[in-house]
Amino acid sequence: MKLKRILIGLEIHIELKTKSKMFCGCSAVHFEKIPNSQTCPVCLGLPGALPVPNFKAIESVILIGQALNCEILKESKFDRKNYFYPDLPKGYQISQYDQPFCLNGWLEYKIQGTNYRAKIRRVHLEEDTGKLVHTQVKGKSCSLIDFNRSGCPLVEIVTEPEFDSSLAAKTFLEKLQKIVRYLEVADADMEKGQMRCEPTVNLEIEDGGKNYFTPLVEIKNINSFRFVQKAIDFEVERQFKDFEEKRIEKMPGNKTTRGWSEKKLETGLQRTKEEASDYRYFPEPDIPPIFWSDKQITNFKELFKKIVLPDKLESRFISLYGLRPEQAEILCRDKETAFYFEKCVELGKIKKITSLDIVNKLINQSKKAKQFADLSPKEFIEKIGESQKLFSLNKEEISLIADRVLKENQKIQDEYRKGKTQVLGFLIGLVQKEAKGKADPRIVQKILAEKLA
Amino acid sequence: MTKFNELTISDAQKKIIKGEISCRELVLDCLAKIKQTDEKVKAFVTLNSEKALSLADEEDKRLAFLKDTKQIGNLFRDYPLLGIPVAVKDNFSTKGLLTTASAKVLENYKPVFDASVVKKINDAGGIILGKTNMDAWAHGSSTESSDFFTTRNPWNLERLAGGSSGGSAAAVAADLTIAAIGSETAGSIRQPACWCGVVGMKPTYGRVSRYGVIAMASSTDSPGPITKSVSDAALMLGVIAGKDEADATSSPTSVPDYLTCLGEENKIKGIKIGVAKQYFLKGIDSEVEKNAYQAIKILEKAGAQIKEISLLDPKYAVAVYTVIQRSEVSSNLGRYDGIRFGHDRSYFKDEAKRRIMFGTYSLSAGYYDQYYKKAQKVRTLIGQDFEKAFKEVDLIIGPTSPCPALGIGATKEASMFGEMQDILLEASSVAGLPAISLPSGFSSEGLPTGIQIIGPSFSEEQIFKTAFIYEKIARWHERKPKL
Repeated sequence: MKLKRILIGLEIHIELKTKSKMFCGCSAVHFEKIPNSQTCPVCLGLPGALPVPNFKAIESVILIGQALNCEILKESKFDRKNYFYPDLPKGYQISQYDQPFCLNGWLEYKIQGTNYRAKIRRVHLEEDTGKLVHTQVKGKSCSLIDFNRSGCPLVEIVTEPEFDSSLAAKTFLEKLQKIVRYLEVADADMEKGQMRCEPTVNLEIEDGGKNYFTPLVEIKNINSFRFVQKAIDFEVERQFKDFEEKRIEKMPGNKTTRGWSEKKLETGLQRTKEEASDYRYFPEPDIPPIFWSDKQITNFKELFKKIVLPDKLESRFISLYGLRPEQAEILCRDKETAFYFEKCVELGKIKKITSLDIVNKLINQSKKAKQFADLSPKEFIEKIGESQKLFSLNKEEISLIADRVLKENQKIQDEYRKGKTQVLGFLIGLVQKEAKGKADPRIVQKILAEKLA
Repeated sequence: MTKFNELTISDAQKKIIKGEISCRELVLDCLAKIKQTDEKVKAFVTLNSEKALSLADEEDKRLAFLKDTKQIGNLFRDYPLLGIPVAVKDNFSTKGLLTTASAKVLENYKPVFDASVVKKINDAGGIILGKTNMDAWAHGSSTESSDFFTTRNPWNLERLAGGSSGGSAAAVAADLTIAAIGSETAGSIRQPACWCGVVGMKPTYGRVSRYGVIAMASSTDSPGPITKSVSDAALMLGVIAGKDEADATSSPTSVPDYLTCLGEENKIKGIKIGVAKQYFLKGIDSEVEKNAYQAIKILEKAGAQIKEISLLDPKYAVAVYTVIQRSEVSSNLGRYDGIRFGHDRSYFKDEAKRRIMFGTYSLSAGYYDQYYKKAQKVRTLIGQDFEKAFKEVDLIIGPTSPCPALGIGATKEASMFGEMQDILLEASSVAGLPAISLPSGFSSEGLPTGIQIIGPSFSEEQIFKTAFIYEKIARWHERKPKL
């Protein structure tokens, strides 16, 4: 029995960082806010309240769709997904069914220098649910509901099930996170639940000249990229063993849902017969269908053109500034650093500081918790400039200046020799002044100490 | 002397401007009449007496501040409903005032917000007198399926008021209020208005905001006025119509001055009115039919051009409406789980449960295409059928209900009662068209009969003009039930 192929599909939810919620005016910034302090009749689903779509959220989804090379549908609509759960106040979620905003795209990602292309099935917009908090009140176990998150805009991205390794899935997700951050439509922090990923995994196994597919398993509760990889790896191993033992093949209706436990580092069975659930989708009658005019489509395209994405930026850094691909990749991990770098390069030109000088400093810096964040690009360039000036004098030149300084300051020399060694600092300062800052203080100190000995 | 509660909005306004009555007196007379007769009629589920009186006092103070009738007249331009008591159907959300949709599930629900229509009435100076009875969740055409009690027809207490806005129609007919607000999904304004002998206007879908109206069938729900005269309906619609940022389905089409257009001369000369033979069904009550034809004659005499037209058999609309309405209901009632407000699901009564089950079935995977999707396609065809007709004629006229008010108990064991009663109303509803129902006379038993005038989308102005002419000549609206 041999593992022939791993098949992984990803379903990703990303919270958009719009100011207000998807269908009402409540603030969409809900992380660690007082429970139920950001609610209104609409997001509480009170009788008679109606949803009005947030255009900014729709625009954000269409930006994501374009970044994922999708087709923008000219006709789109919202649908109701009906199901009961205490965190869903209306008894249905407003989502998109057969006419999402964006369809059929792809995204390239790189593993060890090789490019791969992931196919995107769809990108749609929906509303988030409230949050259940299982806790104790006055010694009694109970479940509380916080509706602050209810109605926040959520983008769902579905890929084709074509990733063949946990590393590919993880790398794709990292790339996706980078893109939505570049688009400035989401923070996509997995630890905060702003980006959630549910991989669906199964295997193709070869045995005795025949190929078999194991049943589909959807994995939930993953909150970091590292765990995406671990959970998939665990599942691959588990499914292989399971097939060896039970030889159950994929069939309609035998998809299961398993939850990832970061304590046990394993997945556990949550639900079976997933495909049997029926959400009774139908067009949301409270929101008219959306028809984009040619002009609106053009506007979306124009808006997208103005945004620089990491791939483009990386190749620009390589071709324009002569960076190595690894350097470009590191600098472009976030837009802030990349733009900071470009600004520094711009300013550096006048002072004849090369982009390579900048990139070296910047990468060393960023390893040490982004120290440059406190400096403006101008200050940063000045700092590099200074350090370069210091090295512009060689030992001989420094030695000549030191001789001159010592000659002019006989008294201080004497004090030093009498044991008042702290005057050395003063002498270093005088040499630096003479050298107009072009001497390395460590060399100055060494030379002075030798001469005074 | 007429009691003030018997006045129309326009007559009450005239008296307030002249200083003949105060707003307080107007409210007091309504409350007195309610006290005297509502035990029999049972139109109201909740009264807002104290608040209504204090609002009336505030309006009186505002009026006392003004010196002459001209200034007061100007005030009415900004506050067209100033001091006017309005009864509101109990499916409109009213802040701090019980809003139950006449359903047990919501018997203790006090909303934290006002429906947009309620807000507009308040902003126009109107005074919410109380909340009126209806078929629970608006599921029905009798007000007999209210979870609380049955509203009686003021013309004959052994008869039904119709529904679902039966409480509002009965309250207007019995002079318990000056005017009322109802909502129609398919017949719920026109049919009770017809059975109670008052004016009911169902506007174009999207003309009036649905924000704050407890949803029944979201794609057809239309709030509208129920009044004692056509001009009152025109005035009320002018107040409540218009684009609402809180309702994405409300229309940005500008709102004409409905009231002013009534005064224009020769308004119906040459207007083409269609009469569809399909709307004079077999089995229609002979007096209803006779009165409708008489109304048509009156309009012809007044200068209208009557033309026979052909429309789709209304039975198709009933099928379409039944599927779409049940499907949307099954989803709209999902939120009533008793977790955040109201009682739990065990408080739903049979009719609501029937509709939830029907709609859940018609939306289920494998049946969606066969029912909901097909119904939407036929709905488009019905709309096109009307569009075709409106190329030939400006308006369509016909009876509102095939018979006068039926007896109490008529809905028992008849789960399709409403759909059959509303057979002449459902096509225009699913097409989202505006239509008015107004009295066309009386049956030999003394029960009101009604006619309806249907127009193309956003043709309310034309409908009002035509109805106004007919009302002026026929004067059926001047008759009052003896209570």
